[in-house]
Amino acid sequence: MLKTETITINMGPQHPSTHGVFRMVLTLNGETIVDLKPMFGYLHRGLEKTSESRTYLQAVPFTDRLDYICSMSNNFAYAVAVEKLAGIEVPLRAEYIRVIMAELTRLVNHMLAVGFLFNDLGAWYTPVVYAFRERERILDLFEMASGSRMMCNYIRPGGVAADLPAEFLPQLRKMIPHLENFVREIRFYLSDNEIFKARAVGVGFLPADMAVAYSITGPVLRASGVKYDVRKAEPYSIYDQFDFDVPTQVAGDVYARYLQRLDEMDESLKILRQAVERIPEGEYATKVPSRLRPPKGEAYARIEAPKGELGFYLVSDGSPNPYRWRNRPPSLINLSALREMCLGHKVADVVTILGSIDITLADVDR
Amino acid sequence: MQVLDDLWIRIAVWFRGLLESFLPPWAVQLTMDVLGILLLIVLGIVVVLAFTYMERKVIARVGDRIGPNRAGPFGIFQAIADAIKMLTKEDVTPTNADRWLFLAAPIVVIIPAVLLYAVLPLGRGMVGVDLNIAVVFVVAMGGIPILTMLMAGWASNNKYALLGAFRTVAQLISYEVPMVVALLTVVLLAGTMSTVGIVEAQASFPFALVTPVAFVVYMLAGLAELNRTPFDLLEADSEIVAGYFIEYSGMKFAMFFLAEYINLFMVAGMITTLFLAGWQWPILPSWLWFLIKVVLVIFLMMWIRATFPRFRIDQMLGFAWKALVPLSLINLFLVALVAKVLEPGWVRTGVLFVSNLALLAGAIAIMAQVARKREERARAAGEAAIKRYYGSEVR
Amino acid sequence: MQDNYGFLGLYLLIAIAFPFVALGVAYLLRPKRPAPVKSSTYECGLETIGETWVQFKAQYYLYALVFVVFDVETVFLYPWAVAYNRLGLFALVEALIFVGILVAGLAYAWRKGALRWM
Repeated sequence: MLKTETITINMGPQHPSTHGVFRMVLTLNGETIVDLKPMFGYLHRGLEKTSESRTYLQAVPFTDRLDYICSMSNNFAYAVAVEKLAGIEVPLRAEYIRVIMAELTRLVNHMLAVGFLFNDLGAWYTPVVYAFRERERILDLFEMASGSRMMCNYIRPGGVAADLPAEFLPQLRKMIPHLENFVREIRFYLSDNEIFKARAVGVGFLPADMAVAYSITGPVLRASGVKYDVRKAEPYSIYDQFDFDVPTQVAGDVYARYLQRLDEMDESLKILRQAVERIPEGEYATKVPSRLRPPKGEAYARIEAPKGELGFYLVSDGSPNPYRWRNRPPSLINLSALREMCLGHKVADVVTILGSIDITLADVDR
Repeated sequence: MQVLDDLWIRIAVWFRGLLESFLPPWAVQLTMDVLGILLLIVLGIVVVLAFTYMERKVIARVGDRIGPNRAGPFGIFQAIADAIKMLTKEDVTPTNADRWLFLAAPIVVIIPAVLLYAVLPLGRGMVGVDLNIAVVFVVAMGGIPILTMLMAGWASNNKYALLGAFRTVAQLISYEVPMVVALLTVVLLAGTMSTVGIVEAQASFPFALVTPVAFVVYMLAGLAELNRTPFDLLEADSEIVAGYFIEYSGMKFAMFFLAEYINLFMVAGMITTLFLAGWQWPILPSWLWFLIKVVLVIFLMMWIRATFPRFRIDQMLGFAWKALVPLSLINLFLVALVAKVLEPGWVRTGVLFVSNLALLAGAIAIMAQVARKREERARAAGEAAIKRYYGSEVR
Repeated sequence: MQDNYGFLGLYLLIAIAFPFVALGVAYLLRPKRPAPVKSSTYECGLETIGETWVQFKAQYYLYALVFVVFDVETVFLYPWAVAYNRLGLFALVEALIFVGILVAGLAYAWRKGALRWM
């Protein structure tokens, strides 16, 4: 064979499909990936250190900015951690509201992940625009409850910031069949697209054992066939009271991850249906002092965020400020297997694989 | 109706008469030629303006958006605003680029695009020049942009551009082959290479009905030659950002853009001419029929662009060589055989139509089989990994 | 017929003039404020690493070679197709053999993996 030289190419930080300011240094032989070095940190804001100089409650808005697509889940995880540390009881109504918000967030995240995956595949914005349309409807609900569409800052230690407005639940009841229909539509129009299948089946294969070794979580792990979901493995809040399944796939490729997200949307809608029926009247929060001084000690709490396991590790020295404020971001840890998934594939596959992992750079860099 | 049908020809004849009253014959001919050419070039630019606007509106509507609506009523001046912006935009040449090649590429790319209009029959008796080798002329002119894209990609000294340029070489020349064979089928049926002759040969049946395989192959190859979805990997903005013209800005970029849309009209015009009976069909004036068909074909292309993801380079080349080339060759000989055995008429058209559909169905079945195999392989790999992890059966 | 090519020649001249006019007008209208950073190579906001003009993968040229074979073939087939209605059944057989040899070549290239993108 003729002698060929490899070229090194920077993909990102300023690239249309790296989902933010992410940079990959690709070494190519022709169009085949020989080596890939992920480089990140362009969006590092030092949220952990900043939060350590604030009180426990002042840190809630910072969690919004971790994964800005799913601010509600981030609030949720942080609230659970603080409550564990300080031993705060949460009223039942607040727990229901939290579950409703967390599952709505999961829907928002998954529909965007699917939409942007198609954008990366070159489907010219059409799927993503439809995903955005549905997302806006859910964001209307968020705005109704919290006054903000993206940076909700709604789920607080002790409960939620405010009770649901009267028109929230009726509108949510109307939304659920609509969203179920939307998921059906996605399945109908996109799942059997031959070009999509050609691009996704067998691409970015992540074996189950390797996924566990890299401590991948969330839809990416379950798409590889490992049945692990924090909501079932270590139930938090009131998830043990709901009837839902943990769907898994077998193939562990981009296509399996896409199907996994659709299946999870169905399960989320199932939980939402139950929550809307059963939500009780009552208090929406327990009073928590604004300068909360948890007893000395440490706590780690984790929840199943849309992108994977989101954990907060808090250490208290008895003062109003946390001694250590540590966050386990699902995006960063899922990203660690990117190289393994990409080697041997083509340049075009890199963006698809990255899109199928579904990261938010704000969550990676913090 | 007759008046409308040869409206443009009447105007031309009247104008020629006007010129003849005060100019010598050779000058009349020259003026008429130059005016005709300028008209064709102006048509090209008008077409670009109209179709960029149409494309944006169509894609917007498919995505449940409104599209351009600021410049003028319904945003109809958007294209003009874009043109003015292109014209007055600073033009940057990268320091490391090969200056002369960088400048030459946008100049060379537009020339064949403009030249192609010469052989497009826009209506009854409305063609720049009725060349007896028009089909070969179209193929030859269609080959030049490939060279310019390689020039642009290489001269930019940019890795994305280089990748785009190499993809161009592989993709465009690969799709040239099925395209040429599909053209060959039409030439065989029509017995002439003149575009006017081909249109006239479709008086009773459009060739899209006679040989759907050639129509589909030509349509797909046309999409590939135009770098349009699902074959837009040359400029794939989500992968290699913009491909070979990544470093171009201002009017030089506009040249590539112009060439792309002029070629869009040209390919749609060729599809209309070769397969949809060109300007034929009753009642409406011929030039209006031609325009309607072209717009429909272009709408189909925009619809595809708005709804389909794109292929990967290896899949796309495999599709050309392993699916389209054999398919079009088989079809060529099928058509040749039937044309030899049966006389032209309803029976021959019917036989060809049915056998072509069967051929298409067979090809699709084989491709579906290949796709299923790939899915099974992926599933098996996943199952093996799960077994490795759990140490036993799945779940 | 001579007239046709005369027209095409004239058309070619005007077509060549067209981009020069367009670029010339733009040259007069556009602002010119060059800056070293502005005219650096675009690579997602970073400096390029290593050489761009390298010895690139030869795979692309294999396609070009196969293409040349097929394109020359079709050039021979065009006159055949134009005259097809006036030729006998023998013409069909002849062309079949001709294309058959080429298809055998394609099959060989396919088997050898020249059509597999690496």
